[in-house]
Amino acid sequence: MLLETTPDTSGYMIAGYVFSFVVMGIYVFSMYLRNANLKRDAETLESLQAEEAKKASSPKKK
Amino acid sequence: MQNKPVLLTILDAASIIVLGIATYLALVFAPTEAVMGQVQRVFYFHIGTAWVGLLGFVIAAVAGVAYLITKDSRWDRFEVAAVEVSTVFFFITIVLGSIWARPAWNTWWTWDPRLTTAAITELIYIAYFMLRKGIEDPEKRARFGAVYTLLGGISAPITFMVIRLFRTIHPIVIGSANANQEKMSMTGDMKIAFFFGLFAFTVIFIDLIWHRIRLGSLEEKVEQLKLKVSM
Repeated sequence: MLLETTPDTSGYMIAGYVFSFVVMGIYVFSMYLRNANLKRDAETLESLQAEEAKKASSPKKK
Repeated sequence: MQNKPVLLTILDAASIIVLGIATYLALVFAPTEAVMGQVQRVFYFHIGTAWVGLLGFVIAAVAGVAYLITKDSRWDRFEVAAVEVSTVFFFITIVLGSIWARPAWNTWWTWDPRLTTAAITELIYIAYFMLRKGIEDPEKRARFGAVYTLLGGISAPITFMVIRLFRTIHPIVIGSANANQEKMSMTGDMKIAFFFGLFAFTVIFIDLIWHRIRLGSLEEKVEQLKLKVSM
């Protein structure tokens, strides 16, 4: 009599779930990094803009 | 940039919780499939990510149409968000399918109609970002993106329908299979894990899209500031 046993494919399952979580984690982290960089850029540009506005409004010395 | 809305914080927490529950249901609660063994459990995430992947491509096409009609840049941001999040999820779908295929079909990849259309769909949207990067003018870029996603959106229903139209070795999960096709049958507990997986990935998808839209707003703000400072 032939007995069919369920194959051990747990290694593939672990690989699949590890892969899914790693990719999702990398994506969320990339979004966090892009957000932090853009916030820093915006702050720098705003301070530059404010400086330029200050220079333009102050009276020129002769 | 505006402060993070309370609803988004709640959605962040809900996403983590539903992802945890979906993982528990897939790995512990659902019974082991007798023929394929443990690897069948990747199917719960494979379908969940495929659902939101294809949904996002269709949503991006709709956002593209809305942009072409209204010329409102918010639709462009929405379109970019939908494409980006969906491309990530659809990449997971393809790799999980490949991991499942190795023990089930004895190969990592085969040029089956479903696998081929899925690969083409993914490549279409990777190209979308590469082409967008090459256009400097924001208005032109948004118009190009809208037309591209509108045309690219056709690939999503084709990928979904292809296993129902052509002879394929890919199993059918939703809907009826013809005589040549394999229909995947599920027990009650498997169905709970399956439908909760769909729900969980939908919640995570909405959460990530919202975050990506906010990131798009910040990108636009920085772009405008750069123009003002350089003038």
